[in-house]
Amino acid sequence: MSDLTLMLIKLAFLAVLWLFVIMAVGVIRTDLFGPATSKAKRSGGSARPEPRRAKPAPRGRRNEPRSLVVTKGPLAGTTLDLSSQPITIGRAKDATLVISDDYASGRHARIFSDNGRWIVEDLGSTNGTYLGQNRLTRPQPITVGQPIRIGKTVLELRK
Amino acid sequence: MSEGLTTALPPVKRRNAELVMLLLAIGITMFAMISAGLAYTGELPPSLFMYAVPFAGMALLAHVFIRFFAPYADPLLLPLATLLNGLGIAMLWRILDAPQLVPEFASEGATESSMTQLMLTAGSMVVFAGIVFFLKEPRTLQRYPYLIGLAAVVLLLLPLLPGLGFSVNGARQWINLGFTSLQPSEFAKIALVIFLAGYMVTKRDVLALVSKPIKIGPIKVLELPRMRDMAPMAAMWGFCIIVLVILMNDLGTSLLLFGTFLAMIYVATQRSSWIILGLTAFFGACALLYPFVPHFRVRMITWLDAFNPDVYCSDAVMASADEAFCKVSGTSQQLVGGLFAMGEGGILGAGLGGGEVRGIIEVQNDFIFTAFGEELGLTGVMVMLMALALLAQRGMRIALASRELFVKMFASGISFLIAFQTFVVIGGVTRVIPMTGATIPFVAKGGSALLSSWIMLALLVRMSNNARKPAPVAIQDEGATQVISR
Repeated sequence: MSDLTLMLIKLAFLAVLWLFVIMAVGVIRTDLFGPATSKAKRSGGSARPEPRRAKPAPRGRRNEPRSLVVTKGPLAGTTLDLSSQPITIGRAKDATLVISDDYASGRHARIFSDNGRWIVEDLGSTNGTYLGQNRLTRPQPITVGQPIRIGKTVLELRK
Repeated sequence: MSEGLTTALPPVKRRNAELVMLLLAIGITMFAMISAGLAYTGELPPSLFMYAVPFAGMALLAHVFIRFFAPYADPLLLPLATLLNGLGIAMLWRILDAPQLVPEFASEGATESSMTQLMLTAGSMVVFAGIVFFLKEPRTLQRYPYLIGLAAVVLLLLPLLPGLGFSVNGARQWINLGFTSLQPSEFAKIALVIFLAGYMVTKRDVLALVSKPIKIGPIKVLELPRMRDMAPMAAMWGFCIIVLVILMNDLGTSLLLFGTFLAMIYVATQRSSWIILGLTAFFGACALLYPFVPHFRVRMITWLDAFNPDVYCSDAVMASADEAFCKVSGTSQQLVGGLFAMGEGGILGAGLGGGEVRGIIEVQNDFIFTAFGEELGLTGVMVMLMALALLAQRGMRIALASRELFVKMFASGISFLIAFQTFVVIGGVTRVIPMTGATIPFVAKGGSALLSSWIMLALLVRMSNNARKPAPVAIQDEGATQVISR
């Protein structure tokens, strides 16, 4: 066995070893970067992950809102993806968006979709839900960019 | 811990990825043996199939077993362990068996063979399968934390019993069972992790929240736990120092157990004051013990002053420890030999079979890393470290993805153990820390170490399967009723 052959065998062996490492890293890559939808959930402080069977919002019309964003308050920056499921907001543990705000009620408000229109409804809260400057008295449709205020938290729909 | 964060793993099986990686790992093992054989004799090793067939068979059986009994397990755990174990066997074959093929190297009466290691691997894999099969829910171990803790202490103390325990190279960590000898501390560390996980789950809040700030003027320097909460730490410290270091001369286990304890208490409480306290106490004790424990002193001298010709083979070191111990490792000969071997290897190494690894003392045990360093070079050794790091990383990932606190603690404890053990061995061999005498998981020769590594792997496989398994589907759309699988 010549030295050159042995040398080549040695290099081939090292190459195969590294091939193993690279393939191993490839196998775990998926759970590092994950499926594309998990990104929004990860950024949402105490936002609960959506129910398993909820389908993502249909992406058709242009003015359809896709997410609910908290713009002010302790949870500012939190993003929730909109689905066909209603979103409840409040201090209660089982709310979709749990806000720790002294001025919020346990089940404070609800945002739901009605044939593509999004509607906000106050659930009998103590301090009220405000759409712009007006306190809600009945369910009202909302559009993209309209601020919804609950206690110190302000939310709005985004495309 | 962190309810809102999405840390769960996607419920996919990925068994085919595991199979591909496993085949590659088996292939690498065979390649290693072939290349060592070619370098030694110029032809394929005659016993290749005696190793290849059983090894590949066992690994594939383990894979099929996982396919059936833990289908959601992490796809990398088994291939990584197989690679490390296979590289270990190939290197042992190269150290122990290959020279026997060449008349000029063959030594009369050489009884050690890497075949033993292959059979031990088979035995360990059976235990691995048994644990994966019978331990359906690792959380059941949470029921008996104190019994398991007691078992850990008893296991650690067994070698002290006269008649049963005996010393190897000065460290009293072996017991003689008549037909075989065992190193009970290898199993004690797993029991200790179980105990600590169970204990931390119940005591976590007290350990994490209650504190006494220490102020210098208006500035808060450190938040110390209350005295009464320090009892477990004190017990652990006392045990590690008094029993392991003073009575048993077992520095490696002492370091390993105390390090694991600190890591787990940190994981549970997220308070760095525990680490600061623990390290201070440990190093303080080491400094105090230095003049009184000869074994420990020898280790320190050979570490700090390894290249001093007097220490390399000195009477001064000899005089400070008992005679028998000195003959084996009282000098820095072993350490320096290993360092030179690794230096000889350089970046690419001498090629398997091309080095002179037999010159290193205990090269098949603690110093197997230097053999890899010499023959595969930095490039190959990095692969080994990567494999161990990935193993520990997968373990931590399992801890993150698990739903129960106990399992989180358990998985993170085991993965820290794997990582820290690697550090203790390789740090010792490369002269970063004093040499202590522990073994690289899966790689080094020795039944107890191999078995305990495979037990840890079985636990990780089981926990990863449970973490990745899809959550039970609610019977009703809303409501608390769930299917609970047992």
